[in-house]
Amino acid sequence: MSLLSPIKDHFAERRLFVGRVVVSIFVSIILLGFVVGRLVQLQVFDHEQFAEKSQGNRIRIEAVPPIRGLVFDRKGRVIAENLPAYQLELIPEQVNDIDDTLRRLAAIDLIETSDIARIKELSLSGQRFKPVTLKFRLTDEELANFAIQRPRFPGVDFQPRLVRHYPHPELFAHAVGYVGAITSSDLQRLDSARYAGTSHTGKTGVESSYETDLHGEAGYRHVITNARGRQVPASTNELLDALPADKTPGPGSNLYLSIDLDLQRLASKALAGRRGAVVAMDPWSGEILALVSAPSFDANLFAVGMSTAQFSELQNNPDRPLFNRAVSGTYPPGSTIKPMLALAALEIGATNLTRKNVCIGYFTLPNSTHRYRDWKREGHGAVDIHDAIEQSCDVYFYEISQDIGIDNMHDYLTRFGLGSKARLDIAGEHTGLVPSREWKRANFSDRDNQRWYNGETVIASIGQGFMLATPLQLAAVAAAIATRGIRFRPHLVTAIEDPLSGERYLTLPELLDDVEISNDFYWDTIINAMHDVMQGSKGTARAVGTGAPYEMAGKSGTSQVISIAQDEEYNEEEIDERLRDHALFIAFAPLDKPRIAVAVVVENGSSGSRVAAPIARAIMDEYLGFGGNASD
Amino acid sequence: MRLTDSHHLLASREAPLSDVSGTIRRLNIDGPLFVGLLLICILGLFVMYSAVGENNRLLLNQIIRLSVAIVAMLMVAQLPPDFLRRWTPWAYLAGLALLLLVLTKGDIGQGARRWLNLGIRFQPSEAMKLAVPMMTAWFLHDRQLPPRASDLLIIALLIAVPTYLIARQPDLGTSLLIAASGVIVIVLAGISFRLIAGLGALAIPGALVLWNFMKDYQKQRVLTLFNPDSDPLGAGYNIIQSKIAIGSGGLFGKGWTNGSQSHLEFLPERDTDFIFAVLGEEFGLFGVLTLLALYMFVIGRGLYIAAQARDTYSRLLAGSISLTFLVYVFVNTAMVTGLVPVVGVPLPLVSFGGTSMVTLMAGFGILMSIHSHRKLLPH
Repeated sequence: MSLLSPIKDHFAERRLFVGRVVVSIFVSIILLGFVVGRLVQLQVFDHEQFAEKSQGNRIRIEAVPPIRGLVFDRKGRVIAENLPAYQLELIPEQVNDIDDTLRRLAAIDLIETSDIARIKELSLSGQRFKPVTLKFRLTDEELANFAIQRPRFPGVDFQPRLVRHYPHPELFAHAVGYVGAITSSDLQRLDSARYAGTSHTGKTGVESSYETDLHGEAGYRHVITNARGRQVPASTNELLDALPADKTPGPGSNLYLSIDLDLQRLASKALAGRRGAVVAMDPWSGEILALVSAPSFDANLFAVGMSTAQFSELQNNPDRPLFNRAVSGTYPPGSTIKPMLALAALEIGATNLTRKNVCIGYFTLPNSTHRYRDWKREGHGAVDIHDAIEQSCDVYFYEISQDIGIDNMHDYLTRFGLGSKARLDIAGEHTGLVPSREWKRANFSDRDNQRWYNGETVIASIGQGFMLATPLQLAAVAAAIATRGIRFRPHLVTAIEDPLSGERYLTLPELLDDVEISNDFYWDTIINAMHDVMQGSKGTARAVGTGAPYEMAGKSGTSQVISIAQDEEYNEEEIDERLRDHALFIAFAPLDKPRIAVAVVVENGSSGSRVAAPIARAIMDEYLGFGGNASD
Repeated sequence: MRLTDSHHLLASREAPLSDVSGTIRRLNIDGPLFVGLLLICILGLFVMYSAVGENNRLLLNQIIRLSVAIVAMLMVAQLPPDFLRRWTPWAYLAGLALLLLVLTKGDIGQGARRWLNLGIRFQPSEAMKLAVPMMTAWFLHDRQLPPRASDLLIIALLIAVPTYLIARQPDLGTSLLIAASGVIVIVLAGISFRLIAGLGALAIPGALVLWNFMKDYQKQRVLTLFNPDSDPLGAGYNIIQSKIAIGSGGLFGKGWTNGSQSHLEFLPERDTDFIFAVLGEEFGLFGVLTLLALYMFVIGRGLYIAAQARDTYSRLLAGSISLTFLVYVFVNTAMVTGLVPVVGVPLPLVSFGGTSMVTLMAGFGILMSIHSHRKLLPH
């Protein structure tokens, strides 16, 4: 066989080859030695570090939102609760074509076309594995419809969640307010650790001002997730030896309102179809018994989310349903301020109990021909201070206004709380306005307007001109008169309850500065006069108060929306509805031991005594147990 | 033929054989090599079952591929080395022709043109894994060893042409392995270590040239190796997750099918290139050392067969097949543990994939044939 390759030395060749094989084996051992060394490094020396990383990979800490506190009325009836609902969610990283998915969802009416841009922005801004809510509450029909089509929408799914629910959606929309989805501006304000996992926060009313109590403390739990952030059931992984302890969330506190559901419903019904507000309070504690602003809206729309179109319809409604007239609406208080001015005049001696003025239907200032007219064209004849209040004689007050002066007027009205916030425990209050010399100086630019004119004092005496008050302030005025000057800070929440222990923390009535009057008889005078407004022989609202089973006091106000020219007659029929006078009424009852004080404002209601007073009467009837049908 | 006759002569001279070992001998099966390979495959199937998420269908798929590969090995084992040697140039030329065909008419998958559809779909580059060392060994078979410089130039060309064609597909991993299988032949042929050192020095400028030819994703892989944390969610993700999987396995692992990294899908390519990490996570250091020991045994047996081989061609081919197998093992395990860049080399006999398994087993079939036909040269 050596003939096959005569020049080859097979033995040398084989020796050479075997030598090379030995070298190769060495090299192999070295190479695999590197790998083995590396494995030892990873699996022995760095094992703990990698074990931790592997644990950290699959275990995610997930925030568990607390259950929001409930809200009850003063009799323990539920005003705000949490109901389970299915919500539609989208996980951005699991969606291939977000535009297409959203378009197709809109095509089957699960989302609105107008919301596509907003949702897209949301899903691109957050973490890719965090679900974005497309719709907070699916109806049964929508749920069934989506369940069938689910395979067509990878990355879109429905999840059960607790959703805030208001069983009386319109009744408490302003007082309790509503929760809404947390927005980016909310996030700057809220503590992100406490709100991890929370989707909604209080936006208005009690829901907003008691947010800290209602929200509760977020908890967390450890969940096992796969690489795509999707949670996997713990049972699929036997390695679940020692997950760190979870923290259960601390539920939010329950709130008890001073509002009475029945009273609230009655007031709301009375204002049905109108724009206006009703505020009723307990004069001896400041507890708000009813707080209604009309028209109202469905607070659940905010809790479950609404389309952009629905929202803009609410926002652009000329009747402004979102506007809380009870605390933010400002109206010229009109004649409702007359009892306070009478008290001021008596106290400072600008008038006395026996002084009688003859009302001839108008008043003129010295050296002027301008006629300040009484609401009663022919005049009231000879009236004293009692008659002036009972019949709401303007001329009497025009005359004594010159003796009181704007400075005293401002002083006494301010003592009753006008011109400053009543500090109710919800936000949005307007301060109203009690004009003064200083105010004019500060708020007008040209010199002529900075001066205070006597004529302005005249019209201020009947609560017109610059003067503005909120319904809440007027209710506080009624309460202060009822208590003869003792004032309490108004509040909606009477108790905060820890849902776990059941312990209740009561809100104590907070005393404000008294309206101090030297002679108690002066109080008697104006209170008697206010009583006669409703139950006297000549009272402006006697039609409303006469025949009642209890004694009450009140004062009407009819304030001008537009000024009427000198010799023009105000004709209700001919005037555009929105230019008609506002109807106001303040009242309290029972006369001897007042338990309720009410302020009613009906925008463009024309007449305080005819339109606003019956509402006040009905509320007092209801509260004092003389209502026609208490359970309605 | 004479060869067959002497084989029978040899067999009859040996101690009496049992029926089983007699059959094994007659089928040209090398027992130790066969057992070693089977153990690797069985361990691999266990890991595969876990890596594919306990999916029976995929596991069956892999078992079928393995069976086909083993049948291929047994068939190749029946071809005598002389027969292989005679057909080597034709196989090489046919391989080159197919590679050219791939570059012009091949199917594109994942941005690369690697597949050829001639009735059955296959990668011609796989065939070259055997054809290149065979051709190199063929060329050196009746030449004086160590090879002369002029021979080396021709060999370099024989290696470089298919390497270049495969790199063009582009398939950097395979082209480097094929170049390695050829270079191993030269080294085994006795080329001086000084020359190897010199060529090694040339490799540095060569690497720079290669860098310019690399696609962006290939450059990225190299860069990521040196600092995987620079891009933890992108190119470095694979390496980071695979290191976590292996490291968290510890000494004895998390237990079969309990690897959280693979079962919760943190580990990418867990049934293909990164299956070694699944082994490391679930069976720990104990598991990976077992597999490496089995590999070493197979490689050692292969080198033993090479040393026993009867002629230059068989020796060089057997040595190259064994050491290329080592390169596979090393590149894959080093890549998965983060020692070398991710080049896309599967873990031999364990990773999911059909063609490469057939090629590997065919290579071991050649080893078995060489061993059966050893020591026939008169001394």
